[in-house]
Amino acid sequence: METYYNPEDLKKFGNIGEYQKELADKFFSYYGSVFAEGALTAREKSLIALAVAHTVQCPYCIDAYTNDTLEKGCTEEQMMEAVHVAAAIRGGSSLVHSVQMMNKVKQVSM
Amino acid sequence: MKSLKASGHQLASSVAQLGLLEQEVAEKLKLPSFRDKLRSAGLFPLQPTELSVFQVNVGKMCNQVCKHCHVDAGPDRKEIMTRETMQQCLDALAKTTLQTVDLTGGAPEMNPDFRWFVAEIRRLGRHVIVRCNLTIIMANPKYRDLPEFYRQHQIEVVSSLPFYNADKTDRQRGKGVFADSIEALKLLNAVGYGQEASGLRLNLVYNPAGAFLPGSQEGLERQFKRVLFDEFGIVFNSLYAITNIPVSRYLDYLIQSGNYDGYMEKLVNAFNPAAAAGVMCRNTISVGWDGQLYDCDFNQMLDLNVASPVRHVRDFDPVRLSQRAVVINEHCYGCTAGAGSSCGGTTA
Repeated sequence: METYYNPEDLKKFGNIGEYQKELADKFFSYYGSVFAEGALTAREKSLIALAVAHTVQCPYCIDAYTNDTLEKGCTEEQMMEAVHVAAAIRGGSSLVHSVQMMNKVKQVSM
Repeated sequence: MKSLKASGHQLASSVAQLGLLEQEVAEKLKLPSFRDKLRSAGLFPLQPTELSVFQVNVGKMCNQVCKHCHVDAGPDRKEIMTRETMQQCLDALAKTTLQTVDLTGGAPEMNPDFRWFVAEIRRLGRHVIVRCNLTIIMANPKYRDLPEFYRQHQIEVVSSLPFYNADKTDRQRGKGVFADSIEALKLLNAVGYGQEASGLRLNLVYNPAGAFLPGSQEGLERQFKRVLFDEFGIVFNSLYAITNIPVSRYLDYLIQSGNYDGYMEKLVNAFNPAAAAGVMCRNTISVGWDGQLYDCDFNQMLDLNVASPVRHVRDFDPVRLSQRAVVINEHCYGCTAGAGSSCGGTTA
C-alpha cells in the first residue's frame, strides 16, 4: 500500500545533505551535541524527545525515540508518562486559551 | 517451556541456523558479509592476540529456560562436562600462565563436579569467574551456601539481570526470576559481594529484553545502581551491557516476532571497526562440555570448532592455537555493533 509515510524513509534521513550539504552537516553536528550527556543525561533527553515526537506527531521520530528510550533502559511506564506530559501540555494549551474566551464572554455579556 | 532441542525445533540444528544467517544476510537483505566488513576494516583474517581467558562451558543444564538463550539451555539438557574432561582442562591450564578462567553453562553450579573443579583451578592460583544466573542459589537448599562457597574461593561472580524491574526480567527469563534474583543478590551482598573494599567482585549483565541494542553501558549502570540500591538496598561493582547475538532461541524469537530483518540491518549498520578490533574471541579460548575447543561460546553453540589441528582440550597447545585464524560468520555482527559486546561488556 502506498502511503505518504514510509518506514524505510527513516533510514534515508542522513541523505538530506544531498541537496544542501553544508546546512545538513551543521544540523547533524548540532543534533549530536544536543543529545550528548550534559546537564541533562542522554536518557532524560531521550524521554523529552519521545514526548516532543508525539507533540509534533512525527511517526519517524516516534519510531526512533521508542527504540532509543528502550535502548537507554527506560521502562514502558516512564515512556508513557513522558507522552502524558506532552498530552497534558497540549490539552492545557487549549484550555488555558479558554481564559481569552471567558474574557471575551464577560466583555460582551450583560 | 522446553528447549528447542527437546521440542524438535528446526533451529536446534546449528546447520539450519548458519544456513539461515548466511542466506538472509547475503540474498534477502543484500547486506555485506561479516567477512567483507572485516576485510574493509583491515582485520581479515581475524588473528588472535595474547591468550588471556580460558572459558569453560561445563554443561547445558540450567534451572531456567530464558527466551534469548544462545545455549538453548534448560532442565531438559543433559550435556554435562565429566570430571575427566575437567582434569584435562586443569592439565591444559597448568601448561600456561593465563590467569583467568571463566566458567559458564547452563547453570555451571548444576554440574556435580563444579565445586571440585573450582577448588582445583584455585589451587593452580588462577582467577575464577562464575557466570551465575542468581536463581540457582534459591532453586534448592543445597545451593543456598553458594555465596559462602564463592567467598571462600575468592570467585568473581558475574550475574545476568536483564532489567531492574520484574516485568522485563520475567518476560525474558521466566516468571518469578526477578524476585528470586533479588533475594540471591541480597545473600551475595550479605557475605561481602559488591561491597566496597571487600575485594569480592559482583558484576551484573544487562542484555536488552527485545529486538534492540543496548544503550550506553555507563548510563545503564548508573540507572541500575540507583534503582537497585533505592528499592532493595543492593550494591554491585560493574554492569556489563551485552548485545543479544542472533543465535538459537534469540534467533527464533527474532523470526517469530518479525524482527529478524530489522535487527540484522541494525547490527550491520552499527558495525564499528574499533569494536571489531577488540572482540573477545581474539584473547579467549572456549572449551565445550565435551572438551572441544572453540573461539567463543557462540561459535561453540553453532558447532564452529577452532580452525586449528588442536581441536580438543586434551591436546591443548597455546603456541599452535595462536597460529589459527578466528572462525567467523554472520552472527559475529552482534559483537561488533556500536560500542561492541563481549562477556565483559562493551569493547570500544
